[in-house]
Amino acid sequence: MIIGKVIGNVVSTIKLPVYQGYKILIVQPVNDKEELQGKTILALDTVQAGIGDMVLVIDEGNSSRLIMNNSTAPVRTMIVGIVDSVNKANNKGKEND
Amino acid sequence: MKLGKVIGNVICTQKVDSFHGIKLLLVQPLDENLKEIGDPVVACDTVQAGLNDIVFYEGGREAAMGLKNWFNPSDLTIMGIVDQVNIGE
Repeated sequence: MIIGKVIGNVVSTIKLPVYQGYKILIVQPVNDKEELQGKTILALDTVQAGIGDMVLVIDEGNSSRLIMNNSTAPVRTMIVGIVDSVNKANNKGKEND
Repeated sequence: MKLGKVIGNVICTQKVDSFHGIKLLLVQPLDENLKEIGDPVVACDTVQAGLNDIVFYEGGREAAMGLKNWFNPSDLTIMGIVDQVNIGE
């Protein structure tokens, strides 16, 4: 799983039937300092995330199919949570404030 | 999933049996601002996309599962046609 930030959305009318009813959001991965980093990806939304939200993204097909309860869905990337906060210990193992 | 723009099509007469009836399109990958990134790729079409359409496509095993006959060697498949891309502030 990766942490990313929702920076936009994609509107599509003509798509495969299994994608119907899901929002498609543009997610930019963030690094451990919560700075935007790397290439953007498109992800299906299952938690009603919005632009500006920090989210938890899975990029793995079998997990996505499990969530959709459809063993043949051609879906890989999904938003599965909205991140409230990330606590990271410093390199000495002590937690930062 | 990634964004791309259809910039052409690819015609093959001799191809794997499982690709019969499948349209092959030349797709230029795009970033979130619809700027071109990287080299064009060839993708299978499932949604009757045409020239200059913005599309989103999936790679890996999910690409093969997007086609009607799932047992095929596709590694990129177009999953939908994009109407609009909104970027927040």
